[in-house]
Amino acid sequence: MNSVLIMMWERQVKEYFRNKYRMLATLMLPFLFLIAFGFGISPMFEQTGNGNYIQYLLPGIIGMTILMGSTMNGMSLIWDKKFGFLKETLVAPVSRTSLLFGRCLGGATTSIFQGIIVLILGILLMGFQITDMLLLLIAIPFMFLIALFFNLLGTSFASVFDDMQSFPIIINFLVMPMFFLSGALFPINNFPDIIKFIASINPFTYCVELLRFGFGTVVEFNVIFSFSILISLIVFLGIIGTHLFNKIEP
Amino acid sequence: MSIYYFKKGEKMKTIIEVKNLTKKFNNVIAVDNISFNVKEGEMFAFLGPNGAGKTTTIKILTTILSPTEGKLKLGGYDVNTQEKKVRENIGVIFQDYSLDDELTAYENLYYHCVLYSIPEKERKPKIEDMLNRVGLLDRKNEFIGTFSGGMKRRVEIARGLLHSPQILFLDEPTLGLDVQTRSLLWTQIKKLNKEKKVTIFFTTHNLEEAEKIATKIAILDKGKILIQGTAKEIKKTTKTSSLEKAFLKLTGYDIREQQADPTDKFRKRFRK
Repeated sequence: MNSVLIMMWERQVKEYFRNKYRMLATLMLPFLFLIAFGFGISPMFEQTGNGNYIQYLLPGIIGMTILMGSTMNGMSLIWDKKFGFLKETLVAPVSRTSLLFGRCLGGATTSIFQGIIVLILGILLMGFQITDMLLLLIAIPFMFLIALFFNLLGTSFASVFDDMQSFPIIINFLVMPMFFLSGALFPINNFPDIIKFIASINPFTYCVELLRFGFGTVVEFNVIFSFSILISLIVFLGIIGTHLFNKIEP
Repeated sequence: MSIYYFKKGEKMKTIIEVKNLTKKFNNVIAVDNISFNVKEGEMFAFLGPNGAGKTTTIKILTTILSPTEGKLKLGGYDVNTQEKKVRENIGVIFQDYSLDDELTAYENLYYHCVLYSIPEKERKPKIEDMLNRVGLLDRKNEFIGTFSGGMKRRVEIARGLLHSPQILFLDEPTLGLDVQTRSLLWTQIKKLNKEKKVTIFFTTHNLEEAEKIATKIAILDKGKILIQGTAKEIKKTTKTSSLEKAFLKLTGYDIREQQADPTDKFRKRFRK
């Protein structure tokens, strides 16, 4: 296999696990959401007859963990631009596509790790139940693809922007609406039409749907449909991302 | 590689060919229609005041910036169309650090080996030999982030010499280095040049250094080449007694505004 791709993957993973504080920080927000929404909304949700809220919520929170962790991985590219490691890789006789995908696959791996930690927390703290172990085998690859997609998104943005201060703000500006208007926290059915429409063009909606399917919760869209959307988006961003990454002039 | 000529009975090929190179950032002209040739095995010094266009030229030659206009050939390969071939044949030590702080010295060098497809078996001995040469072998497993500026530079020197490039680019390699590290750097570079016939292309503000080391010099100002030749030739043409005097005579005594690198200016467009 492509040794440069593996090298970039290894580097991203290594650096993630080396920085314990960053590791904890990435898990903090999902943990808070899980606790706050889990304990806060759960009784109301169940009173309205929508079923067990934790079963509904956890896939959404895992999705959020991946969404935020993955897009934020773009920061590592900005970091590399600023502190020079990017230049070292760009003057080397290697394909930039491998550099980009190695980076994104490494980021995706660390995101899955975060997602799995949140899953374990959900099981241990909130009593989340895995209904079907076989489906879990689908859930993990889904998590990976979602993570890859958002890594590509974050890295594409990072290819264009150079500023360390504004990048997290821009990303939050993008990620927050995606998260709240997706059905990750509440069923979209209850939303007004305009928000329903926004949710239907929000890629994250389909990601959450796929996770719901993987964890055996009720889904609103056809799984094949959601899956095709995710794959098309990965291909689309793969092309855009490669183009933008190729254009970087450090 | 078409031009051959005889000098001291030795055949020398042209290894860097630059013809009418121009680079504009928006409307700022960083490099203005320059042409020069570097012969194989030469130690070519690229001199000039701040903002003269040295770094921009090096960035273009090393394929990380694309020229606005001009033809460039490195080792016979076109810089615009045969980037990969060019990259295979060059090594670069940048002006600013390009190490990964969160990796150890050994890992930084190891990843360099991967990037330049050095065979797996050769990696470890090569890395250790190089680290030994720059006196950092005992610290190979420490993170770059804990190293001082001079030590980082030494790691970069070791890394730049890991693969044997045909042409080695050094952008102000001795900036901020102590006498010991500077001497170590030039000893290693000269050795590489002599033993492996590596062509050296470097920029510096230290004119004494340039005079001592370079076999050929080009002086650049405001994006234009003012003069090129050996130190002797330049002194003769300008009727001066040292390279520094020649430099000042050519570029004037005005202190340049410490401009941001043109790329930085360009980047600002994207900020906010």
